[in-house]
Amino acid sequence: MKPEVLKYLRLDGRFPHILCPGCGIGTIMKQMVFAFSDLELANENICVVSGIGCSSRVPGYLDCDTFHTLHGRAIPAATGVKLARPEMAVIVIGGDGDILAIGLSHFIHAARRNIDLTCIIVNNFNYGMTGGQVSPTTPQGSLALTTPYKNPEREFDIFEISKAAGAVLFARSTTYHPMHLRSMIKKAIRKKGFSVLEVISQCPTFFGRINRIGDGVKMLEYFKERTVDIRTLKEDKFPEGKIVIGVLYETEAKEFLESYKEAVESELCGLR
Amino acid sequence: MGERRLLSGNEACAIAAIKAGVRFFAGYPITPSTEIAEFMARELPKHGGIFLQMEDEIAAINAIIGARAAGVKSLTATSGPGFSLMQEGIGYACMTEIPTIIVNVQRGGPATGLPTKPAQGDVMQARWGTHGDHPTVVLYPETVEECFHLTVKAINLSEYLRVPVILLMDEIVGHMREVMEVPETCEVYSPRKRKKPREEYFHYGDETNYDSEFASFGEGYRIHISGLTHRPDGFPTNDPKIIAWKMDRLKRKIDENGDLFIGWDYEFSDIGSEVCLISYGSTARAVREAKSIYERERGKSLGFLRFRLLWPFSYERLKALLRSPLKVVVCEMNQGQLRGEVERAIPPDIPVIGVNKVDGEMITPEEILEVLW
Repeated sequence: MKPEVLKYLRLDGRFPHILCPGCGIGTIMKQMVFAFSDLELANENICVVSGIGCSSRVPGYLDCDTFHTLHGRAIPAATGVKLARPEMAVIVIGGDGDILAIGLSHFIHAARRNIDLTCIIVNNFNYGMTGGQVSPTTPQGSLALTTPYKNPEREFDIFEISKAAGAVLFARSTTYHPMHLRSMIKKAIRKKGFSVLEVISQCPTFFGRINRIGDGVKMLEYFKERTVDIRTLKEDKFPEGKIVIGVLYETEAKEFLESYKEAVESELCGLR
Repeated sequence: MGERRLLSGNEACAIAAIKAGVRFFAGYPITPSTEIAEFMARELPKHGGIFLQMEDEIAAINAIIGARAAGVKSLTATSGPGFSLMQEGIGYACMTEIPTIIVNVQRGGPATGLPTKPAQGDVMQARWGTHGDHPTVVLYPETVEECFHLTVKAINLSEYLRVPVILLMDEIVGHMREVMEVPETCEVYSPRKRKKPREEYFHYGDETNYDSEFASFGEGYRIHISGLTHRPDGFPTNDPKIIAWKMDRLKRKIDENGDLFIGWDYEFSDIGSEVCLISYGSTARAVREAKSIYERERGKSLGFLRFRLLWPFSYERLKALLRSPLKVVVCEMNQGQLRGEVERAIPPDIPVIGVNKVDGEMITPEEILEVLW
């Protein structure tokens, strides 16, 4: 890697990382630092915030301000950081369990508030850190250690939740498409307001093994076979059983701090 | 010059917080603390601050932790149910050494309990509510004026020690109105020791344990803050020696700063009397009245001791002070939470009895006098 990319990694003893062989999170972290470099973000101007889980360990390897908070609480903590330091790019990274189970209400409300955060959800369809339990995105009928007779519950559609809650951008990519992933990360960071990027990622150690999909490479092939780029879609409808990648939704809405300042200023003027 | 104003305890607390430099409040409405949030929503923007009503108390505590980690003094206010939800966050603030202020205007519990009737049932939760060993500083005002001054003290102690500080109040103290002189300005702590440049800086270095400037997000220090047990540089570790060092470091914040608490941690009078009455918060107001009735009718004095600081508890100083009474009476609106600590502190041959009430009503002077006649 070039020095202008390497400068975003903590190379003073943090590596090797703790992720399993074949895990997709390394790919995501790599594309994050490339995105930082492409956007020419100053290290000092980035704060990466996470909760608990495999993907929540990413901030520890990044050479910027990094905030490893409680399980599910990255978004409220990031909200505090953003309001205290509006000039910083505040990026939340977390897994499907962290953001969509224990942290779901914060996710929905941050989207509604439209606070200027970039939220990267690493969706590996299960709880990896604790050993492969069912999560809100585990597909119905899949196996997990806490659904040994197949998952009876339906999975969340992160796109529909984000859109309904008020996120101004929803994009999706996969670890099979690193260059696409990089462009989606850049797009999400550049977008003012609450932007969501779902990254479909492989967990060969648990989800892949338990569901007999295979190792990391097999899982990547599995993603590749099922992926459809939104730009090639002829119809408005998303095809069943496919992973639609790209910007699925984008809109404009006033960001929280802007509207807060506006509300407050008009009130203060009214007092005079 | 100050200004004489008729204020509630909740308002006095909010005014003090802004004067002491709080510029961020995140909270969730809950009786009987809501006036603090409402005051902050109205007044913080006028001081360049931000008020945010969160989706729940868990979000509130984590948002104020985030804001303080990024350099802005922050406070939240709640009552029992919300205080329960905040416990994990309080532990996170302890572990990561982020100063924050949590105001708990107590109401009757457990669960939804008694909105809105007074209680003092969160004394032990304030000490041990979050899991794991941790430092705890808990202050408790009796009057509206003291709500102001102890809020300032809580903020300054929190910044000095790099710990969350809990201001316990109760419904009576929070809602009662009194005239007080609001000072123009108040003492605002700023550390004497400046932080080292980035190359030599350790976020949890021995020199930054307390009374020292420390780095915040956005200052170019590229710090790592984690709730995992960590090394001096903030990164997680499983090394038993470093784990022991970290836990000891947290303990030393309190152990090495006993002087900070002396002189204001409690007040007392007539301590050489046969009986000593111990209380805190709004209950002390009934105790004062009981003392005055008793002394008028009996013609002999009654000892009086009131805590402003509940935790760290003054075991040694209480032991030295309470040598002579034949009886100690601890009055509190709970089933005897602080009485146990008083028993631990003083010689075992001095009987300690409790005047306790948990029916949502204040303890009356008459109920205290009943155990004295």
